[in-house]
Amino acid sequence: MTTDIGTWIAALLTLCILSFLYKDNPFYKFAEHLFVGVSAAYWACYYIYNILIPNLYNPLFVQGQLLYIIPLALGIMMIMKLFPQPAWMSRFPLAFIVGTYAGYNFITYLQTYAIDQVRATLVRFVALESWQEFFARPGAVTFLSAIALPVVVVGVITGLVYFFFSREHKGIFGGLAKTGVWFLMIAFGASFGYTVMARISLLIGRVYFLLHNWLHII
Amino acid sequence: MRRQGPLIITFITGAVIILQYFIPHRPFSDLQQLFNTWFLVIAVFALILGVGNLGKIHFERVFRRRENWPYSIVLILGFIIMFGAGIIWGIQRGTPFYYIFWNVHIPMGSTMFALLAFFVASASYRAFRARTPEATVLLISAIVVMLSRVPLGNFIWKELPLIGDWIMAYPNMAGQRAIWIGIALGVVSTSLRIILGIERTYLAGK
Amino acid sequence: MNIIERFEAVDRRIIFLLIILAVVIPLLFPIGLKIEVSDPVQRFYNAIEELEPGSFVLLSAEYDASTMPEVYPMNEALVSHCFSKDLKIVSIGLWPQGVSLNQEAMEQGAREYEKEYGVDYVNLGYKAGGIVVISALGEDIPTTFPQDYALRPIEQFKIMEGIENLDNIDLIVSLSAGDPGVREWVMIAHGRYGKNVCGGVTAVSAPAFYPFLNAGQLKGLMGGMKGAAEYETLLKQTGTASAGMDAQSIAHGLIIFFILFANFFYFMGKRRRR
Repeated sequence: MTTDIGTWIAALLTLCILSFLYKDNPFYKFAEHLFVGVSAAYWACYYIYNILIPNLYNPLFVQGQLLYIIPLALGIMMIMKLFPQPAWMSRFPLAFIVGTYAGYNFITYLQTYAIDQVRATLVRFVALESWQEFFARPGAVTFLSAIALPVVVVGVITGLVYFFFSREHKGIFGGLAKTGVWFLMIAFGASFGYTVMARISLLIGRVYFLLHNWLHII
Repeated sequence: MRRQGPLIITFITGAVIILQYFIPHRPFSDLQQLFNTWFLVIAVFALILGVGNLGKIHFERVFRRRENWPYSIVLILGFIIMFGAGIIWGIQRGTPFYYIFWNVHIPMGSTMFALLAFFVASASYRAFRARTPEATVLLISAIVVMLSRVPLGNFIWKELPLIGDWIMAYPNMAGQRAIWIGIALGVVSTSLRIILGIERTYLAGK
Repeated sequence: MNIIERFEAVDRRIIFLLIILAVVIPLLFPIGLKIEVSDPVQRFYNAIEELEPGSFVLLSAEYDASTMPEVYPMNEALVSHCFSKDLKIVSIGLWPQGVSLNQEAMEQGAREYEKEYGVDYVNLGYKAGGIVVISALGEDIPTTFPQDYALRPIEQFKIMEGIENLDNIDLIVSLSAGDPGVREWVMIAHGRYGKNVCGGVTAVSAPAFYPFLNAGQLKGLMGGMKGAAEYETLLKQTGTASAGMDAQSIAHGLIIFFILFANFFYFMGKRRRR
């Protein structure tokens, strides 16, 4: 078992949080509130050291770049949101942030998702070499590899049919939309599998810390 | 002015960012660079606003002796100690700030999310049922992916990791692509509505 | 209460206990199951391997304590790979906590490979704004990051000589647990400036990045602790991710058992009700 005080504090706080599994209790509540307070202070210190000093204080007050008065003024107007009377002033900096994000989102989503993704889907439908490989060595993996390209094209198109055609899903549209739903279900299943993986990894990380860093058992 | 001013600012900033993409020359490129520099500063004030709000809520809770107020003192003390350590000794490696980060913040943050492992296991047991054909497809996909992604899958059947790779790279990718193309078109149209002043919900409130 | 109803109403704390055992026992008694390397991780590894010594890697850390067990092992493995190939690391963080975590990983790697801060690696710190920060980096790095994370002016660092914008960077790696993260790097650094981007992401978000991989917008992808374990395998190292893979296997097996077991009783109950 370690004699390092820091590791002991870390281990005890870990146990405080884990105690929530039994039921909500004062140890958990203590740790939860401590976490939020420490976390907020961490962020605040980084705002000061990594942004306010190098990107505002130094250019404005040390180098005398007066144009920085504008973001400073807008920043102060943002803080006014905390007070009822001048709260309306925060709309101006908020408008700047929203406008900038909207501008970036417009071009980046259009290019990265709408154009580039559609382009990547419109590839050849059949890969002959994959089918040759399948006939040479028939098996589950070679078969899956042979049907991969049509699967992508069909999956994307039917998925979009499901999303975009608001008319009743009957007849050919119904069939296409249903196929789209199946592709979406496979994607959601994969996401669920990966979510389980992520959560278990986080638990492994903490258990490893307790057994290795604290107890020195492994 | 209180309403028109923000709408004009949104239009100008949004339009400049879009225009510089298609005309990456002066004055649009200079304006974009200027807006970027300002944005870094203004964004941080938005985050400071969040910290200010947190303080406001917890100080109020302590002064009015609301339920669980002693825990608010813990929160405020945690903030003061960490913030004080950062301001007095700095934030680099080897400082008290760094020590608290590693021994107090990290273990609690990690463990809080590690709790989700237990809840996801419990949910798998209680709620994950093959009630419909679609739910069955989801369930099979989840099981195959879960098995194929870990060494156990390879141990059971050596082709399983390849099948997992295939599911991820093709049917999952196709489904994800359809979802994201849909999201992208939604984001593009919403962005345009915001820039043109049709969508104004962000100006709601006082 | 019949046996079916009893199984359906089992106390969740029994499930919790089984999960903790499924994690603890394999950590105490490792089985040593073989770790297979998947194609996206191999491509990530190759992207680093292809770089010439002295090339610049921009390492952006967008994660925090909540995802540390997944992403930190990636951070360690990646730094180790870069230093072993004499690559220069210029790092930033779009999440403030990523800055400290990445600094720790880089300092550990620097001790092992005898690298010097400011010459072989530098940590420029955090900026708020995500996509806007990346866009600003594309035009001008010194104006966006005039000082490092501990307020030292970047002019004093040899590694920053000649670095003006993303044009001077050979590969971008984002270790990300959400937004802003890999998505924003792909959108701006790849979409606008044509840079090669690799991503190390949490398992939760990994499936959503396969379209990027397929479209060539991402050069490589590491997903979750398993991705980190694969990378460690490629580097022939045994880090914390590899050590956790047996526990990961057994816990997955247990959850699959839960799903099948619960569905078995669900169908039995349905049949009986009919």
